[in-house]
Amino acid sequence: MNPASITRLDLVLAAPEMFLLAATCVVLLGDLFLRDKDRWITFLLSLLTLAGVAWITAATGFDERTVGWHGTYVADPLSTLLKIVACSAVAVAFLYGHHYLQVRKILKGEYYVLGLFALLGIMVLVSANSLVTLYLGVELLALSLYAMVAFDRDNGIAAEAAIKYFVLGSIASGALLYGMSIIYGVTGSLELGVVSNAALQMEAGHIGLLFGLAFIVVGVAFKFGAVPFHTWVPDVYHGAPTPVTLFLSAAPKLGSFALAFRLLAEGLGPVHATGWQDMITMVAVASIVVGNVVAIAQTNIKRMLAYSTISHVGFILLGILAGTSAGYEAALYYTITYVIMSLGGFGMVILLSRQGFEADSLEDFKGLNARSPWFAAVMLMLMFSMAGVPPFVGFWAKLAVIQAVLDIGSLWLAIVAVALSVVGAYYYLRVVKLMYFDEPTDHAALQGGGGAMRIVLSLNGLAVLALGLFPGLLLALCARVIP
Amino acid sequence: MQLDWPILSVLVWLPIAAGVLLLLVGDRNAAFGRWLALGASLLTLVVSVVLWREFDPTTATMQFVEQQPWIGAFNAWYTLGVDGISMPLIVLTAFITPLVVIAGWTVIEKRPAQYMAAFLILEGLMIGVFAALDAMLFYVLWEAMLIPMFVIIGVWGGPRRVYATVKFFLYTFLGSVLMLVALVYMYLQGGSYAIADLQALPLTLREQVLIFTAFLLAFAVKVPMWPVHTWLPDAHVEAPTGGSVILAAIMLKMGGYGFLRFSLPITPDAARELDWLVITLSLIAVVYIGFVALVQQDMKKLIAYSSIAHMGFVTLGSFIAFDIVRNTGSLQGATMGLDGAMVQMISHGLVSGALFLCIGVLYDRMHSRQIADYGGVINTMPKFGAFMVLFAMANAGLPGTSGFVGEFLVILASFHANFWYAFLAAVTLVLGAAYTLWLVKRVVFGPVGNEHVAQLQDLNGREFLVLGVLAIAVLALGLWPAPLLDVMRPTLEQLVQQMMVTKL
Repeated sequence: MNPASITRLDLVLAAPEMFLLAATCVVLLGDLFLRDKDRWITFLLSLLTLAGVAWITAATGFDERTVGWHGTYVADPLSTLLKIVACSAVAVAFLYGHHYLQVRKILKGEYYVLGLFALLGIMVLVSANSLVTLYLGVELLALSLYAMVAFDRDNGIAAEAAIKYFVLGSIASGALLYGMSIIYGVTGSLELGVVSNAALQMEAGHIGLLFGLAFIVVGVAFKFGAVPFHTWVPDVYHGAPTPVTLFLSAAPKLGSFALAFRLLAEGLGPVHATGWQDMITMVAVASIVVGNVVAIAQTNIKRMLAYSTISHVGFILLGILAGTSAGYEAALYYTITYVIMSLGGFGMVILLSRQGFEADSLEDFKGLNARSPWFAAVMLMLMFSMAGVPPFVGFWAKLAVIQAVLDIGSLWLAIVAVALSVVGAYYYLRVVKLMYFDEPTDHAALQGGGGAMRIVLSLNGLAVLALGLFPGLLLALCARVIP
Repeated sequence: MQLDWPILSVLVWLPIAAGVLLLLVGDRNAAFGRWLALGASLLTLVVSVVLWREFDPTTATMQFVEQQPWIGAFNAWYTLGVDGISMPLIVLTAFITPLVVIAGWTVIEKRPAQYMAAFLILEGLMIGVFAALDAMLFYVLWEAMLIPMFVIIGVWGGPRRVYATVKFFLYTFLGSVLMLVALVYMYLQGGSYAIADLQALPLTLREQVLIFTAFLLAFAVKVPMWPVHTWLPDAHVEAPTGGSVILAAIMLKMGGYGFLRFSLPITPDAARELDWLVITLSLIAVVYIGFVALVQQDMKKLIAYSSIAHMGFVTLGSFIAFDIVRNTGSLQGATMGLDGAMVQMISHGLVSGALFLCIGVLYDRMHSRQIADYGGVINTMPKFGAFMVLFAMANAGLPGTSGFVGEFLVILASFHANFWYAFLAAVTLVLGAAYTLWLVKRVVFGPVGNEHVAQLQDLNGREFLVLGVLAIAVLALGLWPAPLLDVMRPTLEQLVQQMMVTKL
């Protein structure tokens, strides 16, 4: 590419990413000169960076789908929304994690730098319009996450989790890349729009296309953590330090949604009915079943939330497999609400922990109502929301998905989905039971977070209620950004 | 009828707001919390009386309608309104809640603020369920109601409370989710969640049968009908007194209300095809559960089973309408069955609530629910004995009490449908008399059973007030049911007409 051929439009298109990259490098270099007790500067700079990125994204947001960088990069309302939500999710994750890392003396600049690089990966993924850009985003995100999981380097379980994640993740990335190369081979282009047009011309059941597609679905399912490519999820969620788990469970899911949407809907939309719909159906149903059933057996709340994530992913995939605008809207809405709920859930785990005590066993939630009625209420709202009980936001997410699958005439999928959410309700109820019905064995005050975290976590809980009482706004927003 | 202020929203949100306020205040000031709860629930009662006074009983149209856009994406509206079916149930809810607050006044020592708050929030949600005219709003409130009840049973319940409350939650949740699928399906057909639009939506017989089945599951669990009743005895036995009262008096009525508001008008053809199923299940509930009640050793369990049997009359009265019209062509006969079902719901709300309160009075003193631990209570508690006998008689359907009116109307209507329905239903009058009177004989009458009974204190002023108010209501409704029947008449007549018009 000739540098002279970069236009002003290209620069505006990628302005948020370029700012993020530059600012991250500043954070990375600046952090080298900071002593441990001045690490709050890194934290503050990271938050400022995120605010800046969000502001630039909003300011340069495109109302129309605009393609630049010779067809490799796209900005549309969807990318604006996803980027802003991702920035917020990363900011909240940083905020929740700060105190935790500080008291355990593992507050290193790496956490923030890797987090920001992961965000850059997500943003590239969100704006990708070619197979190569997509892959670039996926890998930048994945490499940052591998390193983040291992970042508490003296922790053996975390290291094990990181290796497991890395090895399995590399295989999945390989599968994704292999699939992409085959798609490139049969369609003759890397650009998603051209791929789509070429796929439209081919006869149904083109063997090369389907062959490539299968590998791509494997890659997408792995990045989502969907069954049967889910085995890394519980181990990584459990093994990673809680702030990393928190990070991992939130913003990257937006990236996974973007990957699925750009690749399957925009690129391979023409082979929806004859290709990936059935594959995703199997993956989605398996995820909902395995996630909800296996979560019941967990005694560790991080593992339980990991399996709950798997089941939520199943619901997101249900929306995607519908292949209609309503389906993508539902999946997007579900992803955003899941991010909010997941931040709150792991935030509560952090709040209950203290130095030398991880509070990651379900039993640690015993009698929380007696220790802190307010945060017990926050957790209650989060749990009922995840279970899909109205009036919390999780209910509307499930409703939107169920509506989308009923709309394509899949009654059985809707029935499977609602029946298993009843199964799922059981383990969320168990957390409520522990908090409210049992008496505490541990009477220590909650000390897992500072004042700022408590305020944000409270708002997080209230958001679950407020978005549940007035779901119209976010739903309308999701409907507007999906073409 | 329309007022210049949103009376229904006040009824829904006033108790909820008071409950949230109570949660924020917490247990720092227990006395303030109790008075706040009582004040809010009494104020709600006053507003509900205004609703009753202003209600126009000559029309079947929805009254006091409020409509606000809610969720554009789903075309769901915040629509409230009442007719002759829902208005009495709302008044019943507002009437029972202050009694529950008073009954728990000093008895609840553990986290009283949260206890009162849970009941207030529950009250608002239940009134909302009865007032909702948008199916999505209805569903949201219907499910949300489970949360406070789950907490009430789980926190303040008996030894096996966790098992009971989880069973209660999952059972009712499972029942309701298929209703959600049915609602979404109809929304996709007609583009609206308004209940009136759903009632007007044309549906094929196959669709109706599936939708009817989904509704049946949701409402049958709530009523509860045999064989999906097993959560009820557990929930009742473990729930605190207040929880049992609300459960029996109001939550069970939601199932009956659901049949009248959803199943019958939305899927009339499926209801006609499948009325034998509901009638059979109702008769099994009425007869078989009556026998089951007879052998209970635990007072609360006995009343719980008797509730199931009595609710069987409600479903029987609702579904014999088709047979009556088929046999006699008389819409009036069909209306009589529905009249009986509605009166039975209100009456059962009062009577079962009162009986659970009576058992609560005994339990607070003796900490036992076993019938065998009592005997000759009347010797030490004469006032209590009088109330208990009155409510037991009402439960057995003695003429002059409210229990008689509903059962009599249903049995009378059953004669128009099928002699054997009426015969079997009438058998339960005998059974009902048997198990309730036997209960009274063993607990209240006879010589003083043991030294604990000998030391019992009679009712204090607070308990006397609660039971006295209920006794007046039971007698008033029994002696002069006309005001209630008049209020419901136009709505039920319209419902019968709707049921008889095929959608095919």
